[in-house]
Amino acid sequence: MLNTHYTDVAIIGGGPAGLAAALAARRAGAEHVTVLERNHELGGILQQCIHNGFGLHRFKEELTGPEYAYRFIPQVEADPKIHVYLNTMVLSLSPEKEMTAVHPVHGLINLKAKSVILAMGCRERTRGALSIPGTRPAGVYTAGTAQRFVNMDGFMPGKRVVILGSGDIGLIMARRFTMEGAKVEAVVEIMPYPAGLARNIAQCLEDFDIPLYLNSTVTKIHGKDRVEGVTISQVDDNWCPIPGTERYIPCDTLLLSVGLIPENELSQEAEVPLDPRTGGPIVDESRETLVSGIFACGNVLHVHDLVDYVSEEAEIAGEAAARYALKQTADGVVNGKNGMGGQFTIKPGDGIRYVLPQRVTQGAEVDLYMRVTQPMDAITLSLSGVTLARKRQVRPSEMLKIKLKAQHWDSLLEDGKAQGRELCLAAEPRL
Amino acid sequence: MAIDTQVGEELKRKMTCIVCPTGCQLEVQRDGDGKLSITGFQCRRGEAYAENEILNPRRVLTTTVKIRNASLPLLPVRTTEAIPKELLAEAMQVLAQVEVTAPVKTGDVILANILDTGIDVIASRDMKRVEGVA
Repeated sequence: MLNTHYTDVAIIGGGPAGLAAALAARRAGAEHVTVLERNHELGGILQQCIHNGFGLHRFKEELTGPEYAYRFIPQVEADPKIHVYLNTMVLSLSPEKEMTAVHPVHGLINLKAKSVILAMGCRERTRGALSIPGTRPAGVYTAGTAQRFVNMDGFMPGKRVVILGSGDIGLIMARRFTMEGAKVEAVVEIMPYPAGLARNIAQCLEDFDIPLYLNSTVTKIHGKDRVEGVTISQVDDNWCPIPGTERYIPCDTLLLSVGLIPENELSQEAEVPLDPRTGGPIVDESRETLVSGIFACGNVLHVHDLVDYVSEEAEIAGEAAARYALKQTADGVVNGKNGMGGQFTIKPGDGIRYVLPQRVTQGAEVDLYMRVTQPMDAITLSLSGVTLARKRQVRPSEMLKIKLKAQHWDSLLEDGKAQGRELCLAAEPRL
Repeated sequence: MAIDTQVGEELKRKMTCIVCPTGCQLEVQRDGDGKLSITGFQCRRGEAYAENEILNPRRVLTTTVKIRNASLPLLPVRTTEAIPKELLAEAMQVLAQVEVTAPVKTGDVILANILDTGIDVIASRDMKRVEGVA
């Protein structure tokens, strides 16, 4: 039999979400917080994001990824009531909040928590998800893997690079490869607009005259042992390659920056229902999932473009998870959903790809986070007919944040617009 | 993207502001007298960015240097402020020759006054000393 350890709040993942959640849980009164991190150090993906641009919202300065992480790590390490287990992989999680983890010294550990925060982050989409025809040579990397090689391990994956996908990591790596002496031949994007932030198009591609091909994709990878080149083609409105538009680009490396997928294997094992639109758990405004006492934040919940919003979200989850754990101490067993009243569902309507949280309590003044389906010049955002805000120059790559206020609830409830407890968030273009 | 900054030449240029993630689309016009008119910004930092971008474009350089006796072979570093854009490649050459030894603390000066800019290159993370690692 394994010894079982007990904790108030267990946090799976010690990246930006886990760090902020741990500190928030302590501030909210949790007496015993445990962080389980599979890497040899805290900080998660921030440690390999050595470029600047982090923290503008939160700290009003432009930090590099590691610097942003170091705004949290020393506080976590200095708190004797936060127990950090490094090199520790959580193998299983049950709806009863019991975990099995493996640690290099303690071996298998059983951990039972009063509340759990999922902060496992996300993974990169790989070549396997894209079905690109051609051979299977060395030299095809995801952009984040290449980032780790170049920035932490000291390996240059190649000298002549084509990047498929215009996500932020790919754009950042286009600049990084160029600065390190490689030639980035092209960035190829299947959509008619770039996936990454506009500032990254400017400072990572335009600064170095790297061409960006929109409405285009890689249709063949050439080379037997090593990538020798790729064929790119333009695509039609259905993303089908247009015959006759093929162009061969010699290169030794193909980077894939084609999206991130929240890593929810453990969540699913704990029977946490997921939202197919975000790929992460369905949560309410406290970031509690539909499994009582299990919370989620950061990229495991939905993929963020700004770490500032990850910290914000993690603090909400950390505080709520601490409250849940404390209540359990006083009452013995917590029944149902953290004492919540009426649950309204928010569904994405026209022009909205997803909205989070997906559940809200009646009358709750909360920030709603959302992404639009396509770039639009000017929109009105409305919830079941009640106008919430107007925005200009919106794009899917930039997450929007809107406050749901008491006055909005008054309109929703008075006019009977919130019937059936289902609200619909829509983005309507305006002139 | 070379821009002749000589006064007496008219200029019209569109650019994306890189100061924050909003990414405002800016438009800069310079009339024959060299006077700049800037539109499209949502805050004053954007206006200042556009002006600098025409007169003296600068970028913060973030890269790595070699480190000994640490858990990783590389230490991430950055310039404390933006340096002139045309010096970026040369600064990379200079930093390729730099090698430091752990332990290092965030903010430690790794190279002072790079290329006589008056701007230092500092460590952007802590790196503990690890015995038995070259």
